Amino acid sequence: MADGRALICRRAGLRLWLSLGWLALLVVVAVLAPWVAPKNPLEQDLFSGRLPPFWVHGADPAFLLGTDSLGRDVLSRIIFGTRIALAVALISGTLTCVIGASLGLLAGFYRGWVDIVISRFIDIWMAFPPVLFSILLIAVIGPGLFSIILAIVVIDWTRFARVVRAEAMAQGAMDYVASARVAGRGRFSTMLREILPNVLPIIVVLLTLEMGIAVIVEAILSFVNLSISTDDPTWGGMISEGRTSIHQAWWVLVFPLITLFLTVLSFSQLGEGLKDRFDPVLR
Amino acid sequence: MTLVRTLLLRLMTTAVTLFGVAVIVFFVIRVVPGNPVAMMLPPGATAEDVARLTALYGLDKSIPQQFVIWGAGVLHGDFGTSITLRQPVLALVLGRLPATLELSVLALVMAVLMGGAAALTGTRLRETRVEGGIDVANGMALSVPDFLWGLVLILVFGVLLPVFQISGRVTPSLHLPFVTNFYLVESLVRLRFDLTRDLLAHMFLPAFALAIPLAAIIGQLLKQSLKETMHLDYVTLARTQGYSEARVIWREALPNAILPTLTLVGVQFTFLIGGTVIIERLFSYEGLGNMAIDAVINRDLPLIQGIVILFAVIFTGVNLVVDLTYAALNPRLRHG
Repeated sequence: MADGRALICRRAGLRLWLSLGWLALLVVVAVLAPWVAPKNPLEQDLFSGRLPPFWVHGADPAFLLGTDSLGRDVLSRIIFGTRIALAVALISGTLTCVIGASLGLLAGFYRGWVDIVISRFIDIWMAFPPVLFSILLIAVIGPGLFSIILAIVVIDWTRFARVVRAEAMAQGAMDYVASARVAGRGRFSTMLREILPNVLPIIVVLLTLEMGIAVIVEAILSFVNLSISTDDPTWGGMISEGRTSIHQAWWVLVFPLITLFLTVLSFSQLGEGLKDRFDPVLR
Repeated sequence: MTLVRTLLLRLMTTAVTLFGVAVIVFFVIRVVPGNPVAMMLPPGATAEDVARLTALYGLDKSIPQQFVIWGAGVLHGDFGTSITLRQPVLALVLGRLPATLELSVLALVMAVLMGGAAALTGTRLRETRVEGGIDVANGMALSVPDFLWGLVLILVFGVLLPVFQISGRVTPSLHLPFVTNFYLVESLVRLRFDLTRDLLAHMFLPAFALAIPLAAIIGQLLKQSLKETMHLDYVTLARTQGYSEARVIWREALPNAILPTLTLVGVQFTFLIGGTVIIERLFSYEGLGNMAIDAVINRDLPLIQGIVILFAVIFTGVNLVVDLTYAALNPRLRHG
C-alpha cells in the first residue's frame, strides 16, 4: 500500500513538472518571440503558399512547419500567437482572481449582511448561463481583445468568490483566528494577515485553472472571428484557417491545435497537481 | 399535496428568472452604442424616414413604456425582424431549434451510454489496470473542453480515417421529403433509413465532441456511487446468495446508486446545450448556435434578443424538468 502511494506521488510529481516545463517554455518563447521566430509572422509570400512541414516531400526547409495559404510561416505565427494567449490568460486570470477572491474573502470572513448581499449577487449571477452572457456582452461591446478579457472577468469571478467564501468561512471558525482577535488585532488586519495566507493555496489553484479557461476562451473567440483582427497571429485564428483548408494543408490546423491542446492540458494538470500538493490529507 | 406545492413554487421561480432575463436582454440591447433605427435604414434616408421609423418602433417613448410594448410583443410571439436576414425573428429561430435539439439529445444519449459503460466496467474490474485506465481517460476527457475534442475528432475521423462527415447537417444534394425541421425524427418515422444514415454520419462527430466531457463526469460520479453501494450489507447479502458479480452490480447496486448521477446529468445537460454554440460552428451544422454567432458578428440585435431568450427558455425548462423528476423520484421529497 505504501508503495502504491509513493507511485501515485511520483506520477503526480511528473505531471506537475511536465506541465510546468511546457508553460515555462511558452513564457520564454512569448518574451523572446522576435528573436526566436525564424520569420516575420505577418509577411506574406504568395509564391510559397501552403508549403508542407520540413519532413514532407516538396517542403522548403526555411519554413520548418510549413506555410498557410498566404505563404505565412506557421511556426512564427504560433510563436507570436503565444504572446496573445499568455497575455489574455495573465490579465483576465489576475483580474478575475482579484475581484472574485476579494468579494469571497469579505463575504466569508465578515458574514452578516456583507455575506447576504454578496451571496445573493453570486446566486443571481450564476443563474444566467455563461454562453448567453458572453453572446450578449460581445454583441454589445463589440469584438476585440478588451471584450474577451472583460467577458471572462464578468462571467468567471463567481468561480473564485464561491470557493474562497466557503474556505474563508471555515478558516474564520478556527481557534487561531479567535486568538489573533483576542491578542488585539483588528478585523480587517486579521482577514489580511491570518485568513488570506491560509486561503492562498486554493486561490493559486483556481488562478491556474482560470488561466487555462482564458486561453481556450480566447482561442474560441478568435476561431469565430470575434477576437482581434484576423491578420494578427492567434492560435484560434490559425485553427480557423486550418479548418477551412484541412484537406489541402493539414499542418495549418495540426500544429496550432497541438500547441493549444498542450497548453490547456498543462494549465489544468498544473491546477489539479497543485490542489493535491496543497491538500494536507494527501500530503 | 407537497408535490403540487413544489410544482407551483418551481413554476413561479422559473417565471421570475425568465422575466429577469427579459429585462436584462432588453436593457443591454438598449445601451448599445449606435442608433438602432439608423442601422435599419439604407444610407441616404431622410430625416422624415428616421422619424417615421422611430415612431413605428416606439423608440420615441420612455424606456419603461418601450419595455412594456416590447414585452407585450414578445408574449404574443413578436420578436421583431432580423436586420440581416429580413425575416421575422420567431420563424427564423424556431426553424433552427429542431436541429439543435436533435444534436443535443443525441449527444446526451451518447454521453449516458459512454459514461455508464465506463462506470460499470470500472466497478466490475475495480482495483485492476482497467480501472486505472478508465480513471486516466476520465481525467483527460475532463481537462480538455469540447471545442478541442471536436477539432481532434475532425482530424482523426474526418481526415485520417474519413468515415464520418465533418460539415453540415445532411448531404446538400439529397432530396428531403420532410415537412418539419426534425429531420432525424422524421426520417425514422417515414422509414427512410437511407436518410437517417446520412443524417447520423453528419451528426455523429459533433455529438461525440459534446458528449465527451459529460461522459467523463457521469463515469466518475456513477463509479464512485457504485463503489460506495458495493460495500453495503444488502449487496453482500445478494452476493452470498450466489448471484454473479455482474448481476449484483446491474440489478442490486445500480438502481440505488443512480439518483445522484441523474440529478447531475440534468444540470450538466444545460452546459451541453450551451456547448452547441461553438460545436455547431466548428462542424458548420445549421442550428441555433451557429445562427447566434452569425448574429453577433453582424450585430443583428433583434435576432440576438430572440436567440438569447429562446436559449434561456430552454435552460430554465430543462432545470424545471430535472427538479420535478427529482422530486417525483425521491421519496423523501415526495412525502415531504
